Amino acid sequence: MRNEVRFSGFGGQGIILSAVILGRAAVMYDNKFAVQTQVYGPEARGGASMSQVVIDDEQILYPKVSVPDIYVIMSQEGFEKYGASAQESAIMLIDSTLVHSRPKCRCIEIPATREAKLNLKKDIVANIVMLGALVAATHVVSEESLKKAILDSVPKGTEELNLKAMQLGLQLGKQS
Amino acid sequence: MTRVEFWQGNTACAEGALAAGCTFFGGYPITPSTEVAEHMAAKLPKKGGVFIQMEDEIASMASIIGASWTGARAMTATSGPGFSLMMENIGFAVMTETPCVVVNVQRGGPSTGQPTMSAQGDMMQVRFGSHGDIAIIALCPATVQEMYELTIKAFNLADKYRVPVFLMTDETIGHMREKIIVPDTVERVGRKPFSAGSPPFRVTDKDLIPGFPTFGTGQHVHVTGLTHDERGYPAATHPALHEALVRRLVDKIENARYEMADYDVINPDAEQVFVAYGAPVRTVMQVMHDKKDKNIGFLRIRTVWPFPEKALFAFKNAKRFLVPEMNLGQIAREIERHVCVPVRTIPKLGGELHTPKELVAALEEKP
Amino acid sequence: MSYDDWFRKDRLPHIFCAGCGNGTIINCTLAAVDQMNWKKEDTIFVSGIGCSSRAPGYILTDSLHTTHGRAIAFATGVKMAKPDFNVVVFTGDGDMAAIGGNHFIHACRRNIDLTVVCMNNQIYGMTGGQGSPTTPRGCLSSTTPAGCNEAPFDLCDLAIAAGANYVSRWTSYHVKELEKAVKVGLETPGFSFIEVLVQCPTAFGRRNKFRQVMDHVEYLRSHSLLKAKRDRLLEKNQPVPEDMFVVGELMKRNRPALGVKP
Repeated sequence: MRNEVRFSGFGGQGIILSAVILGRAAVMYDNKFAVQTQVYGPEARGGASMSQVVIDDEQILYPKVSVPDIYVIMSQEGFEKYGASAQESAIMLIDSTLVHSRPKCRCIEIPATREAKLNLKKDIVANIVMLGALVAATHVVSEESLKKAILDSVPKGTEELNLKAMQLGLQLGKQS
Repeated sequence: MTRVEFWQGNTACAEGALAAGCTFFGGYPITPSTEVAEHMAAKLPKKGGVFIQMEDEIASMASIIGASWTGARAMTATSGPGFSLMMENIGFAVMTETPCVVVNVQRGGPSTGQPTMSAQGDMMQVRFGSHGDIAIIALCPATVQEMYELTIKAFNLADKYRVPVFLMTDETIGHMREKIIVPDTVERVGRKPFSAGSPPFRVTDKDLIPGFPTFGTGQHVHVTGLTHDERGYPAATHPALHEALVRRLVDKIENARYEMADYDVINPDAEQVFVAYGAPVRTVMQVMHDKKDKNIGFLRIRTVWPFPEKALFAFKNAKRFLVPEMNLGQIAREIERHVCVPVRTIPKLGGELHTPKELVAALEEKP
Repeated sequence: MSYDDWFRKDRLPHIFCAGCGNGTIINCTLAAVDQMNWKKEDTIFVSGIGCSSRAPGYILTDSLHTTHGRAIAFATGVKMAKPDFNVVVFTGDGDMAAIGGNHFIHACRRNIDLTVVCMNNQIYGMTGGQGSPTTPRGCLSSTTPAGCNEAPFDLCDLAIAAGANYVSRWTSYHVKELEKAVKVGLETPGFSFIEVLVQCPTAFGRRNKFRQVMDHVEYLRSHSLLKAKRDRLLEKNQPVPEDMFVVGELMKRNRPALGVKP
């Protein structure tokens, strides 16, 4: 089973980190294969950032995403550039705080940035909220693996905050 | 014992270097290779090694050659524009038989081109870019696993053959993260010992490789980029000596091309045969997997230079070779030199990897 | 041991022209090295390309004769990889100040523990007398046939501004002073730079009214202005003669250095 997941948002939201965490969860803790790639521009902040993950039970040959079946979109520009063309069979998780457009495919609205701000006082962890919601909605990796991969990847001292963000995302994902 | 990691290609390269016992890294930041330098900057000093950021790539190349003569396993990493600057001292390393490893994470050229996009446009430059007749070794990884393994191999070949060895990777492999199995121990092949008192560049073995007289061991070796005799002394106007020296420098690599050849032959009875190295290997493998057709062959090459032309002859029924490269057809020319059937280049510029669809289209076209 | 013991005698005769001052500078440098009681196997000479850069080939130690302008970059690799080594660089004005200018200022900035002896003959000698970055205004060379119309570099000012710990300038006339200066350079941790103005009868003197070798050496002597004298002139607000160059120890300081022997 091959899943192709595309993340997009603006630079600084942690889009690439989200993809790395997802790939890491699959490889290190779910005993699967994964390849994470990204699109780089010259700007270090802002702009539309995009990163993709292929997850497979078997060795991954062609490493790039051809047709994503799962989208995580966290900015309007990201939607327009990397989400609008989603095929109808795809699932798209959208940060409904920041994205006003909606795709033709099945869409799960997660107010990640608003909820992170309200509940955790930190909108910086909105990407982790989205990851929690993604796993709740798609089971592309297990909850336990996601948790471990988050703990591997976030800065020291922010573990608790990030785990709360993941839990919040899991809840939001299950409700939707 | 082994362990699983989820590493970026450039990280795997740096970790491979550390596992190989690299103790000196001299470099200059350039996209898309910078992560190699950053990883070495973080890790190398903790292991007792030296990381130094030089003022440019000319100096980076110079510094690793200087370090190598003290006995260090030395490395630098760069991309196209920096690689162009290194050409001068690469020639010096060839002429003085200095072991060193140069990583080129290829990006789109010419000139500044596409700093963040992938390419394989430097495959001829690495072979012929430095002036004069030279021979070098170039390895091309197609997975993050191979980034690790071929970096280690690069150090071993550099020491064994006393030549700069190039890890000619690309942005695709350098920047992707994937699963890698990291071994506990790695094989190390060191430099041929030097027999004290003999002329430093005298060759007595059939392999044409002199022993390495490390600086500081009392051998008083004079190392010059000028044409030199076996004592290492300049002899730049001596025609026969120059010819003998340059022929030896080329022959010691070219004669060993089968010995160091690293490639896979898949479906040797096939009539249509893909040949690939680096990132396009991944697309070919996808096509092979999807098609499951014994009539499609694949020669997957890891040692691109010296070119293992014998591998082509494994495909006895080949009616056509198809060569996807992220350039306008560089290694395809090398293949054309050796075979009597058509060679179909599948060039791709722009910075993106060939898609399986593109390769299938080339495969299915009517001749 | 004497400085004579450092010569690689099976390489003689050398390629320097009759009347060339490079041999004087090599002798002075080796005399200073000899006083350091360094072991030959721990001492590395490095050079680039040009007449000056042939020096390491005549010295019986491990040595690197590298590419044009890059000597200091190679030496940086040697010294950083093995700080126990004593590393001395021979270079010239074309090698170090033109093609190698960037490596020079960055080595000064890093204050890496090298001693660099620059034989400044104010011309490209080996390639037959082309103008260099230190060719004085008005001087003739094969590429400045109407007289050089560019300003020359002051290499010592450059080294001081870029951060070198030790900087001095002498000429091929001042052999005692030069030997002493090189010794202080070898002793000083960090980057030591010794510029030596030197006659080149074949490429420079011939074109610039120094018919005899000694005419040029005499010019170097008579146009040298001791730093102490220059400082006194400045103190008294008196003009410093424009046709003279300052010689002496121009900088000695103890800034943090790189690659110092542990």
